[in-house]
Amino acid sequence: MIPEIGYGGLIAALALAVFGSVAAGVGARTRRSELVQSAQHAAIGVFVLVTLCFALLVYAFLTFDFSVRYVALNTNLGTPFYYRITAVWGALEGSIILWTWMLALYTMIVMLRHRQTSGDLYPWALTTMLGIVAFFLLVMTIPAPPFERLSPIPLEGRGLNPLLQDTGMITHPIALYLGFTGFTVPFAFSLAALITGRVGDEWITTTRRWTIVAWYFLSLGLLIGGWWSYHVLGWGGYWAWDPVENAAFMPWLTGTAFLHSVMIQERRRMLKLWNISLIILTFGLTLFGTFLTRSGVIASVHAFTQGSIGAFFLGFLALVVLTALTLLAWRWDRLHAQGELDSVVSRESVFLLNNVFLVAAAFTVFFGTVFPLLSEAVRGVKVSVGAPFFNQVNIPLFLALIFLMGVGPLIAWRRASADNLKRNFLAPVVIGVVAALVLRLLGIASALAVLALALTVFVAASITVDFVRATRARRRLGEAVLPAMGGLLLRHNRRYGGFVIHLGILVITLGITGSHAWSVQTETTLKRGEAAELAGYRFRFDGLSATEESNHVKVSGFFTVSNGRAGAMTLQPARKFYPQEQAPIAYVDYRLGLKEDLYLVLGDFARDGSQATVKVQVNRLVSWIWIGGLVLTLGAALAILPERRAR
Amino acid sequence: MTRRRKFVAGGVVIGVALAYMIYAGVTQSAVYFVTPAELQSAPAAGKAYRLGGMVAPGSLKWEPRTLDLTFSLTDGRATVPVRHKGTPPDLFGEGRGAVVEGRWEPGGYFKSSLILAKHSEEYKAPHDATEASSKELLRTLRKAGQ
Repeated sequence: MIPEIGYGGLIAALALAVFGSVAAGVGARTRRSELVQSAQHAAIGVFVLVTLCFALLVYAFLTFDFSVRYVALNTNLGTPFYYRITAVWGALEGSIILWTWMLALYTMIVMLRHRQTSGDLYPWALTTMLGIVAFFLLVMTIPAPPFERLSPIPLEGRGLNPLLQDTGMITHPIALYLGFTGFTVPFAFSLAALITGRVGDEWITTTRRWTIVAWYFLSLGLLIGGWWSYHVLGWGGYWAWDPVENAAFMPWLTGTAFLHSVMIQERRRMLKLWNISLIILTFGLTLFGTFLTRSGVIASVHAFTQGSIGAFFLGFLALVVLTALTLLAWRWDRLHAQGELDSVVSRESVFLLNNVFLVAAAFTVFFGTVFPLLSEAVRGVKVSVGAPFFNQVNIPLFLALIFLMGVGPLIAWRRASADNLKRNFLAPVVIGVVAALVLRLLGIASALAVLALALTVFVAASITVDFVRATRARRRLGEAVLPAMGGLLLRHNRRYGGFVIHLGILVITLGITGSHAWSVQTETTLKRGEAAELAGYRFRFDGLSATEESNHVKVSGFFTVSNGRAGAMTLQPARKFYPQEQAPIAYVDYRLGLKEDLYLVLGDFARDGSQATVKVQVNRLVSWIWIGGLVLTLGAALAILPERRAR
Repeated sequence: MTRRRKFVAGGVVIGVALAYMIYAGVTQSAVYFVTPAELQSAPAAGKAYRLGGMVAPGSLKWEPRTLDLTFSLTDGRATVPVRHKGTPPDLFGEGRGAVVEGRWEPGGYFKSSLILAKHSEEYKAPHDATEASSKELLRTLRKAGQ
C-alpha cells in the first residue's frame, strides 16, 4: 500500500507543479496576484508531497520492503541501520528524489523570502523553478520510478554497493546536490529578467547570496567526494578526472566565473549578456552532468545506469538551452553594456581574464570528457584522453588564475596608475620572489612546484597587505586592533569572506601541489616477519586475521610501522568479502598528518597468513586539501551574512 | 593601437594558446580503445592503447614475490597476452571483463600499466557458493592465526 501512496504522491506533486508553474506565469502576465498566490500554495503543496514521498521511500528501506524494486536492489537484511538511510540515495531513482526534494525546498524558501520584495521578477522565477521541479517529477513517474513494484517479492535484497557504505556517502551527495540544485535559483531569476526585460542588476543582487550558497555546497560536495575517493577507493588519490568528477567540476568552474563577473555588472553596468549566458551555461552543465552520469553514454567507474533517462535529460537540456537562447535573442537590444573598459590594467580586465580562464578550463574539461564520443562520431575510432591531458591543459590555466587571485581584489577599478600598482603589489611581488628563491635553495627541484608555491605566497601576501592596511586605517580612527579587525570582517563581510575563501583555495593548492610533487609509493610482497622500507618508514608484516562483521567477512593484515622519530604503530589494512559481491573490496588503513599521510592498502595474500602483498604510499601534504575546505567554509559563512555596509 | 584592438589582440593570443594546448594535450595523451581482434590485426608498437576484453579462463598467473601478473584478454575472436606489474585490482578475475591501459611490445605481448576492472552494477544474488567460500576463508585464517 505504501508504495502506491508514494507513487500517487509523486503524480499529485507533478500535477501541482505544472499548475503552479503555469499559474505563476499567467498571474505575472495578467497582473492577477491571486493566481500568483495560488502558485505559491502549489509550491508549498509540492514540497509537502515530495517530502512525504521521500519519507515513504526511507520507510520502505528501514522496513526492508523488498516488494519495491529499488529497495530490493539497494539494500539487504544485513545492511546496518544508517546505511539503509543513505542507501535511499545510493542509486539512480533515490538520487533523483533527493534532488527533487532539495529543488522543492529551494523553491519554497525562495517563495517565502522573495514574495514581498522582488517585484516583477519573482513570479517568473517561481514559474521557472516549478517548471524544473515538474521535469524531475516527470522523470520519477516514467524512466526512474522509485516505487515500482517487484514480482515475485524476493526474500532478500541485493544490498548496497559496499563502496558506498561509508560516512562520506551520507554527506557527499547531499552537499553536491544542494550545490547543483542551488544554481537553479540564479538561473530562474536570470530567465525572469529576460522575460520581463528588466536585465539590470536587480536579478543579480536578489540572487547574490543564493549563488554563494550554491557555489559553497558544490565546492563542499567536490571536496567530500575527493575525501571519499581518497580513503575508500584505495588507489591513493583524490581526483582522477573521471567523467563523473568532471561533470561536477564543469559547473563549479563556470559558477566560479559567474560569482566574479556579476561584480563587474554591479559596479560598472557591463557584461550583462555575459552574466546571463554564464548562469544559463552553469545550469545547463548541471543538467548535462546528470545526463552524463545517469545515461551511461560514457563509461565511468561510477556511472550507474542506462535506459531512457538519458534521452529525458538530453531533451530537457535542449529545451532549456533553446528557451534561453530565444529569450536572449528577443532581449538582445537591452543587453548592451552601459559602461566600457577604460584600460587593460584595471580590475575589470583582470576579472574578465579570470572569467576567460575559468570558462576555458571548463571548456577543456568538457572537451576531454566528451572526446571519446567526438572522435567516434567524427573519425570512427574510439580515443580517450586521460588524466595527463587534463593536467597538462589545466595546470597553466589554474596557475594563471591563482596569480589573478592576488591581483584582482586589489587593483584599481577603471585604470590602475603606476602608483596604485606599486602601492599594492610591490611588497607581495617581492615576498613571492623571495619565497621562490628560498624554496629553490631548500632544494625543491620541481619548477612547477616552486612556481605554484611562490604564487600561493604572493597571493597570501597581497591579502595580508590589504588587511593590514585596512586595519591601520581603522586604528587611526581610534579603534583597538582586534575590534578593528572584527569590524572589518563583519562590515565588509562580502569582501573579506571572499578573501577567506581565496585563502582556502590557496591552502588547497598547497595540498594539491605537495601531493603531486612529493608523494612516493611502493608495492611489495612480504613474508610474515619480513620488513621493507619507504621514505624513512620501516613496515613489517605481522600476519593476518579474519573477523566476521554484520554483513561481510573482513581479512585484516597487521603491519608494524616505525620511523626513526616516533614509536611503532600498527596499521591494519583489510579486504572485505561481501557475500553478494563478485570480489573483495579493499579497506585502506592510514595515518593522517600535516606533513604526510601514511597509507596502506592490502593486496593479495596467502590464505594461511604466511605472506601478503601491500601497497604503501607516503602522500605529502594531502591533509591541507581538507583543511582548505574548512577555511573555505568559514569564508563562505562570512560572505553569506547579510551585508552591513558602513554607510 | 586602440584599446579595443588591444583587447581583441589579447583575446586572439589567448584563444590560439588554448587551442595549441588542447591540440598538444590530445596528441600526447590520446589512448585508443581496441578489442583484442583489432589490436592483433594491426599492432603498432609504442602507441597507447586501452584494450578491453575478458580475462581468458586458465590464463591468469600471479607471482606475489615479483608482483608479476600475466593473463590473456580475449574477445572470442582473438586473444592477446598481457603482462602487468602489481596486485590484481578489486573485481579482477578470470572470466570477467577488464580494460588494460598500456602499450604493445615488439616482444609480442601487451604491457599494461593500469588495469581497470569492469565494475558491473549487476551484483550477484547471494548464493551458496560464495557464502561457503567466505566461511571457509574465515575458518582457514582463524586456524592460521592461532
